[in-house]
Amino acid sequence: MSGLAAERLMVTLGGRAVLSELDLALASGRLVGLIGPNGAGKTTLLRALAGLVQPAHGHVLLDGKPLAETPRKLRARRIAYLPQGQRVDWPLSVRRLVELGRLPHLEPWAIPGGPDRAAVEDALRATETEALGERAVTALSGGERARVLLARCLAGEPQILLADEPVAGLDPYHALKVMELLAARAGAGVAVLVVLHDLALAVRFCETLVLLSEGRLEAAGAPMEVLSPARLARSYHIRAQYGEAEGRAFLVPWSRLDPERRP
Amino acid sequence: MTAAVSTTQAARREHGGAAALALGAAVALLFLASLAVGRSGLGLVTLLQRAAGEDAETIALILREIRLPRAILGVLVGMALGLAGAALQGLLRNPLAEPGLIGASGAAALGAVGALYFGLSSLFALALPLGGLAGAFLAVALLYAIAGREGGVLTLILAGIALNSFTAALTALLLNLAPSPYAVQEIVHWLLGSLADRSFDQVWLAGPFILAGAVLMLADGRALDALALGEDTAESLGFHLAAVRWRVILGAAMAVGAAVSVTGVIGFVGLVVPHLLRPLVGYRPSALLPLSALGGAALTLASDIALRLLPSQFELKLGVVTALVGAPFFLFLVLKLRRSVA
Repeated sequence: MSGLAAERLMVTLGGRAVLSELDLALASGRLVGLIGPNGAGKTTLLRALAGLVQPAHGHVLLDGKPLAETPRKLRARRIAYLPQGQRVDWPLSVRRLVELGRLPHLEPWAIPGGPDRAAVEDALRATETEALGERAVTALSGGERARVLLARCLAGEPQILLADEPVAGLDPYHALKVMELLAARAGAGVAVLVVLHDLALAVRFCETLVLLSEGRLEAAGAPMEVLSPARLARSYHIRAQYGEAEGRAFLVPWSRLDPERRP
Repeated sequence: MTAAVSTTQAARREHGGAAALALGAAVALLFLASLAVGRSGLGLVTLLQRAAGEDAETIALILREIRLPRAILGVLVGMALGLAGAALQGLLRNPLAEPGLIGASGAAALGAVGALYFGLSSLFALALPLGGLAGAFLAVALLYAIAGREGGVLTLILAGIALNSFTAALTALLLNLAPSPYAVQEIVHWLLGSLADRSFDQVWLAGPFILAGAVLMLADGRALDALALGEDTAESLGFHLAAVRWRVILGAAMAVGAAVSVTGVIGFVGLVVPHLLRPLVGYRPSALLPLSALGGAALTLASDIALRLLPSQFELKLGVVTALVGAPFFLFLVLKLRRSVA
């Protein structure tokens, strides 16, 4: 089987189980939202899927083979990882930063060639950041920065994209823009897993939602089924308003539940 | 069209190709100048004239045995300091990192001072640099034992600081216990750092370690680029960071340890040179490495020439000159940074 999957995954950090008994499969061409309250283990799951933390039990499988046995370079070519609050330590130009996405494809000492330059141009174009090429990354606005960081991931032409809260701190316009970009990538055949806190955006853009709660898979499936009132109450301790517009269902987080009314 | 042209120009500038050529030429010129300047007061032209005449043998001897090893060591040591500074700043993602940070240079100084103190260096001359090398390797072994194979950056820095303080204390202890004022003077003079009165023995001893260390550091340039995006992202781009970290640290320790072993402590080259050259390569750590090696060589040669030209009764020590020039310059950088932030 192709793609990325987790099988009975258990991850412990500092002796505490952060994820347990977790099964998940990412299919290509789908935009999957990973949701759950703070501390549910979303970031840990993403890092485990990227091979950045070793599971205590279970496996992460890439094309049916354990990720740990896949050579690093090969893994890096297949999977792009965009961490939460990505920092950039030097004031690199936007183009230089996006070029870093090509590193998994470069042989040692080799100079980037035509395909590398083409992939960088494609990534800049797809994220509408060509005009920023020579600007220093540290001097960008939040919305520009988010698109440039995404362009870095796309430049590697990954088949799997793992993005941790790529819309955090963005205004609605730029958040929608980034979500459209992710949806377009999924449309182009990439398996996209994106961590989201904005449930309205998650429902609006994702075909599938995966709800984590206290390190366990609470539910996975169509957005409106996953975010039923009962589940919202149990996992998030909130109530939402549901509605429909332009033929699609939507949801708006509405009010907190009192501690004693929590199920 | 204009936009396209300016883009390629910017790209070329960021490559630092022109800067590398200019610095390479500067190193070559300074190397020749270093051969021409000396305490004997003979300029290169006079030397060449005399070399054709009756003094041929004396002149050849001065050039071959005194000035040539001094100039070669200047290049090697400057290269080691500049490169190690750039590599460690890239690895630690901090423009304030310097080669002394990992404790290898302090330990090398201690090893050499130990050789002086226990009189080994009067038994055979190479005991001094050998003691320094032993100190540097001991420091890396200790660092490895403390921080472990998967040692994080913070552990490494803290362990390096602890090693530095401890070796400084031991060096001070040896000074404290020195049997005579003459012994103290000998140790202090050595610690000040100098390229004077070195021979090809020192070149052959330090050269291989400096070059091997340089290869180790240069080979990981791409990983240092990836590290600009943080450790998780660098790892996700296919780099094995624990291995990268130890290769860079071992390379820096070998190069700097060997440099300190033959010249004593030469400060500020490894801190200032990468800092100064970084904008010329568009802040890319990998492109900064070779440029910083050249810059370090140029600055060290220039300082070594300057101190020989100063009309003073005593020859100033190289470490004193680089710090005298480097520290005010560093303050200037700090002020500039403050202004750009404000």
